[in-house]
Amino acid sequence: MTRQPPVYINSAASIHPPLDGVGECLPGKCLTAVEPDYKRLIPDATLRRRMSRIVRMGVAAGQACLQDAAGVSPEAILTATGMGCLADTEKFMNSLLDGDEERLTPTAFIQSTFNTVGAQLALLNGNQSYNTTYVHRTFSFESALLDALLLIREREAVDVLAGAMDEQTPTLYTVLQRLGCWKRAMAGEGAAFFLLSGRRTDGTLAILQDVELFSGDYGEQAIRERMERFLLAHDAAGARTLYPADYKRFCGEYPTAASFALWYACRELREAEGKRPVLVYNAFLDAHSFILLKPV
Amino acid sequence: MRVFVTGIGCVSGIGMDVGEHLRSFRSGRDGLGGITLFPTRHDLPVSEVKAGNGALAERLSLSASRTFSRTSLLGMLAAKEASGDAAIPDGSGVRIGLVSATSTGGMDLTERFYPLFREHPAHGRLRYAARHDAGDSTERIAAYLGITGFRTTVSTACSSAANAIMFAARLIRNGILDAALAGGTDALCRFTLNGFASLMILDKAPCRPFDDTRAGLNLGEGAGYLVLQSEAALTKPPYCELAGYANVNDAYHQTASSPNGAGAYRSMKACLEKAGVLPHEVDYINAHGTGTVNNDASESAAIRRLFAGGVPPFSSTKAFTGHTLGAAGGLEAVFSVLALSGGLLFPNKNFTTPAPPAGLIPVTRYAEGASIRTVLSNSFGFGGNDTSLLFRKTDRQP
Repeated sequence: MTRQPPVYINSAASIHPPLDGVGECLPGKCLTAVEPDYKRLIPDATLRRRMSRIVRMGVAAGQACLQDAAGVSPEAILTATGMGCLADTEKFMNSLLDGDEERLTPTAFIQSTFNTVGAQLALLNGNQSYNTTYVHRTFSFESALLDALLLIREREAVDVLAGAMDEQTPTLYTVLQRLGCWKRAMAGEGAAFFLLSGRRTDGTLAILQDVELFSGDYGEQAIRERMERFLLAHDAAGARTLYPADYKRFCGEYPTAASFALWYACRELREAEGKRPVLVYNAFLDAHSFILLKPV
Repeated sequence: MRVFVTGIGCVSGIGMDVGEHLRSFRSGRDGLGGITLFPTRHDLPVSEVKAGNGALAERLSLSASRTFSRTSLLGMLAAKEASGDAAIPDGSGVRIGLVSATSTGGMDLTERFYPLFREHPAHGRLRYAARHDAGDSTERIAAYLGITGFRTTVSTACSSAANAIMFAARLIRNGILDAALAGGTDALCRFTLNGFASLMILDKAPCRPFDDTRAGLNLGEGAGYLVLQSEAALTKPPYCELAGYANVNDAYHQTASSPNGAGAYRSMKACLEKAGVLPHEVDYINAHGTGTVNNDASESAAIRRLFAGGVPPFSSTKAFTGHTLGAAGGLEAVFSVLALSGGLLFPNKNFTTPAPPAGLIPVTRYAEGASIRTVLSNSFGFGGNDTSLLFRKTDRQP
């Protein structure tokens, strides 16, 4: 294997349920993200008001991430969402049904588009670079992260902003409840963004070593074996693994929960004394992913 | 690592497969008609795929008792054709993935679920609701074709499928995959129709891309997929090479394109640079050309500027297929490959009067046997997304 240039995580920002909240999985509970004071992150009051909650959370997390890495103008903005802007979708659907297709205003329709947050981040920052959105269930965020990694390795980009957002709505909660999802899990939500870079800075949090996605009917033993092989291949046998239960007790279950896990892992890595690599393992149904971080 | 096209497949209002599309282009037959798929008070021309869900399922040999979104069914049909065309032999060891795009996902099924659900939260069939998310169609297509490797879904409005093709190419170039099915699928639904109606960009008459009298777009539905393969994994002579791609953001407005076409200009320019192709070497442009006043003015300005030395033959195929949104970049990539391999120039149906200030005149007559070595395909969308792909003829053999 040829030596790949390292990819650094230079800043990370997350909006998530309270860390000092439940702290354990209470099946059926619905966790709500603690939203920041948006005025500093999205100063335009009209724009702020027009944005729906998920758009506001996503844009704010992206802006916070960029502010932490002052002066950086990324060569790519990659966003991810499993379910997209559900509240806007439902709002437009309701006005369509209520008004029997008459007198519809387009705002909710426009905001229901999956790439709304990516587009708003481009607009707010006057950023004209590569901009795309991944929407593949559990693999949404991991796809964006993989794209970022490859862009930097190919030297198509030096700095890449990549992030994810998903919101919990009463309708989603009820539908998933009827599907039996909350028998063992807590509902969650959140938005998290990362500035990935080929350039190390004073603020560098970690090295993003690799991302691997796979799916299938894997038992616990098979996962552990695959994990060992993955870690060995990356010279990280002593890594500490963050299992879904380790972070979903804080953020709850949602398609892009791995983005919270990555933020959480970055924080751990910065604060930990031992400086071991951290493996973020995410799983939902038959979709699995590994994200490997190394200390700088 | 170079990336080649080895398979193509498509379905839209003008055909159920590649062959039928060619016949429709040749005879000048568009796919427009009234809305039959769902009840609506809108009386607008749309380009529906001429088969109901039952007929699509039958064509795919799927059990009638299973629930699939129309987006999934259309995607399966086109992806199956592309995959059969590439004919990667079983047991060849080629690692194949799927990068699919959609903007509506399973919305057609959600429209059957939600009206009942909102009356009572215990009502509405869950098998419909469970197909809502965009990833569902991709998973269905993958399962249908037995693709168990990497798969993901892209959604950037009307440029979605072009971005899926671009990401698939990156995965191949980096050795993550040897081959990928890449493209997009979108079914017409009431939600999308009303969304575009609320934006007031739907023409009540057949759309007229680049024409001075253009007054909006016609919606369509369909799916288009390419099989992309790495140079090392070629198992048959390819159609052509995907030589360049670029995605930029206009960063001008959430739904409108900049009047001077800055984003479109930069995406075409960056795409040519990536391919190492000069503007005068472009033989045909499959334009985004939706028929809206805004898009076509913006795209025309960009074409005028980039091809100042002479505008190559160009046309929009959307007067035939309607605007198939998340599928458009996939369908038009298939058309671009066909243009290269058959020396075809597709007519820009319904064009009569050049529109100032650019005053561009697209191809208005179907032609075969033209000398075409490079084709540029544009896909632009809401959110300022501008993506261009460049296909180039190749004599590369496996």
